[in-house]
Amino acid sequence: MNTEILRTDILIIGGGTAGCWAAITAAEQSDADILICEKAHIRRSGCLAAGVNALNAYITGGKTPQDYVDYAEQDAAGIVRHDLLLSFSERLNSVTEKLERLGLVILKDKDGNYVSRGWRNIKINGENIKPLLADAVSKFPHVTVRNRVCITDLAVKDNRVCGAFGIGIENGTFYVIRANAVLIASGGAAGLYKPNHPGFSRHKMWYPPFNTGAGYAMGIRHGAEMTTFEMRFIALRCKDTIAPTGTLAQGVGAKQINANGEVYEQKYGLTTSERVYGTVCENIEGRGPCCLRTVGITPEQDDSLLKAYLNMAPSQTLKWIERGKMPSEENVGIEGTEPYIVGGHTASGFWVDAGRAATITGLYAAGDAAGGAPQKYVTGALAEGEIAAESMLRFVQENRPAPLDEAEIAAHQAEVTQFLSGDAGSDTTEALEEAMQTVMDTYAGGIGTHYRYSDASLQTADARIRAIEQRTAKLHADDFQSLMYIYELRERLTVCRAVIAHLRARKETRWHCFAEHTDYPQRDDAQWKCYINSRMENGEIRTFRRELTQGGGRNEHPDRP
Amino acid sequence: MSIRIDRDKCIGCGRCGIVCPGTLIHTDADGKAYMKYPKDCWGCTSCLKECPAAAIRFYLGADIGGRGSALHTEKQGDILRWIIEHPDGSVTVIPVNQKESNQY
Repeated sequence: MNTEILRTDILIIGGGTAGCWAAITAAEQSDADILICEKAHIRRSGCLAAGVNALNAYITGGKTPQDYVDYAEQDAAGIVRHDLLLSFSERLNSVTEKLERLGLVILKDKDGNYVSRGWRNIKINGENIKPLLADAVSKFPHVTVRNRVCITDLAVKDNRVCGAFGIGIENGTFYVIRANAVLIASGGAAGLYKPNHPGFSRHKMWYPPFNTGAGYAMGIRHGAEMTTFEMRFIALRCKDTIAPTGTLAQGVGAKQINANGEVYEQKYGLTTSERVYGTVCENIEGRGPCCLRTVGITPEQDDSLLKAYLNMAPSQTLKWIERGKMPSEENVGIEGTEPYIVGGHTASGFWVDAGRAATITGLYAAGDAAGGAPQKYVTGALAEGEIAAESMLRFVQENRPAPLDEAEIAAHQAEVTQFLSGDAGSDTTEALEEAMQTVMDTYAGGIGTHYRYSDASLQTADARIRAIEQRTAKLHADDFQSLMYIYELRERLTVCRAVIAHLRARKETRWHCFAEHTDYPQRDDAQWKCYINSRMENGEIRTFRRELTQGGGRNEHPDRP
Repeated sequence: MSIRIDRDKCIGCGRCGIVCPGTLIHTDADGKAYMKYPKDCWGCTSCLKECPAAAIRFYLGADIGGRGSALHTEKQGDILRWIIEHPDGSVTVIPVNQKESNQY
């Protein structure tokens, strides 16, 4: 096994939406050395691989950033960080204009104004959005991109990040990276729960199955404070393909209807979680299957929809063609996904200050990795990448890098050698992953239980996830790609433990489906209008409450341990 | 979800494997690309857009409604042509102008 030592001022873990933007920002504003480590290749890695057909976070004429904060707060039933929401909302329009300068096609009216879809969405052709970002990154000589380098752990000493460890999945190299500041931009966590169609089509667009919660897991292990992991994200998607539904609901005004043709949306409410909840309830009560009512749209709208989906989730267009029925002829079936943990949609993630600094000195988080600020979508993730980059530049000017512990390097190297040597036992990474997904589905509120759980079921989940975690020590890898799969499984198991701890801590049901506690089926503002945060101490995840921010202020949670 | 790679058409350039966000496509001893982890494909179609030999086809698994049609793309200037070949030999083509925005 080769070992390579890299040195950089700023290490960015993950070259997706937030990571690329952070690199561009830092490179434009300084001559600092910037290193992106990406486990795939930045040209198409991350959430935007296939493209995106709208920017869902933009402040249109007559609206203000505060309106966006209010919308996100209402959708999350109050559990948001107002300071973080406001700071990204203030940058939504400037990052959009910069994206356009990089080459993104945005629909404009005859006066040159962006055409909106509702008050906070604009229409684009985003099929090539990721290559545009990757090309922009490549223009800076002081940004180095290491593709196919998977970061497996942070190096942290005395609560100060000193760098990271990684594996080169193609070149079989062990990487030791010394860095002054580190940005976690590794996305959220998918693949914790058993998906719809768990066999051949277990992975679908939209949320990347390659986002394993790596950044969360590294932070948790090193005692970073995390927030709101109980606010899971469950997306209402087109049946089977798991393609987005916003293009149908907002684009052509399709309403959610049950099998009797009744519009049921108003009955349950229109927040993100209520749209899923209504669909689950209609199905349970025998009024399913549920659909988006597209019958009656025009053939021209059919054509536009076929193209719109090709630009972000081509499987849905292929499905319409395979069925031989266009949306104007047949309503589009809908279902909820398995739960994800994603700070770009809900409020789960690292507990950060206004500059997106985590509670470990020198460590930052942006995009899906950063908590407290839901409804980021693409532009919010870009804005957070920008904010984090500016903070990191200040940090590296004011601080010298901390030395990496030689004993820690040796321990990580020994662990890699251990997985690669010896013989395979009866456990495989894939079998343990399936076991984990089954436990989470059955006992921690997956699709199989209509997203519901109880304290008793969560206790069972916790015990079984711990048992699976123990068995990972004996796994064997034949090559560095299968080694990456072992690390990814362990990341998911760490995140599962945090999710279970948070679900147990919030003894109420504030968001249907996202956190549906059968022992406490009501919302309880008197006791639970607060953040639930957590920190790993001596291998155990300890949860605790923090008071909500009140809005209007800046940097409302600067406190660090 | 997954893709098929036509071995005869593959020119061994490796671009599909480079761009795959899951590192799922590898190269065999003859230098030809093959799908090593079909169950991990999520249908992003990055590989087939990258292929200069039009050797890669994306299809839906039967478990989510696939009926044997296969999708690939060809780029002609600003137009990305999405080509769907059906089992009966017929073909559907959907041209998308990449300089034009989505309408929805």
